[in-house]
Amino acid sequence: MPDFEVVDLGPADHPTVGDEAPDFTRPLVTDEFWQDRTLSELAADGRTILVFTPMIGSFVGKYVWDELAGRGWADYDERVVGITASTPYGISRFLDENDSPFTLFADPGNEVADAYGIAHALDGMTGITEPRVAFFAIDDDCTVEAAWVATEWPEFPDYDALEERLDLV
Amino acid sequence: MGASTSADTDAPITFYRLQACPYCERVTRLLEAYDLEYTSRFVEPLHSRRDVVKRVAGVRTVPVIVDETTGVTMAESANIVGYLEATYGHTTDTDTAEETAVADAGGAE
Repeated sequence: MPDFEVVDLGPADHPTVGDEAPDFTRPLVTDEFWQDRTLSELAADGRTILVFTPMIGSFVGKYVWDELAGRGWADYDERVVGITASTPYGISRFLDENDSPFTLFADPGNEVADAYGIAHALDGMTGITEPRVAFFAIDDDCTVEAAWVATEWPEFPDYDALEERLDLV
Repeated sequence: MGASTSADTDAPITFYRLQACPYCERVTRLLEAYDLEYTSRFVEPLHSRRDVVKRVAGVRTVPVIVDETTGVTMAESANIVGYLEATYGHTTDTDTAEETAVADAGGAE
């Protein structure tokens, strides 16, 4: 075994199945521009998968988005939309440089992660918090249908099991 | 990629703008003065990163507005100010005239 331990974050007090997903408005960033969008308005168009990752630039965020792209999450009927504690500029560059098919909300203050109970304060980066890796399946009324939230840092989901849990087929 | 997924909002005017660009802010003031519904789309300072503006308006400068109500797509702040005033100016009175007075020299970034 390697001689290290991952950080135990413990359970998060996040919305679970049947709870209302906290609504929010933030700039939704593409590889070309950003404009304010509201989660409930996106969700009203159909089932939505909301993906929280650590900030852009971290290997954790990149690994998650690369994995989801490779698994074809952009091709599901559900809208897959991300959110992280980065500026629109950083997110737009990331999407462009990675030729990513996804869009992400920019929440540099991390207030949305806080509202979802999954904010994580970073040791040695005073004043900065970011989201845990987390996935929420949300129906068109903004009700949580399924959730997966990391309890360690870093922690990645078992993606096959995650797809099953989120009912992505 | 991705752009189309966030293209659907109800506001009839789409406003391509750059953060803190004075030419863009001039357009913002007039949109607000006329109480027009608009969606802001922010682009980056680098012109090479403005393909979306090029596709929409044929130029890489901002501001650009796309007005679905009239079918007009327009660049250059002086042109836009003149257009907004001619199209929507009758709906308000004295504040608007002031805006027009300062909208003389053209401008874009």
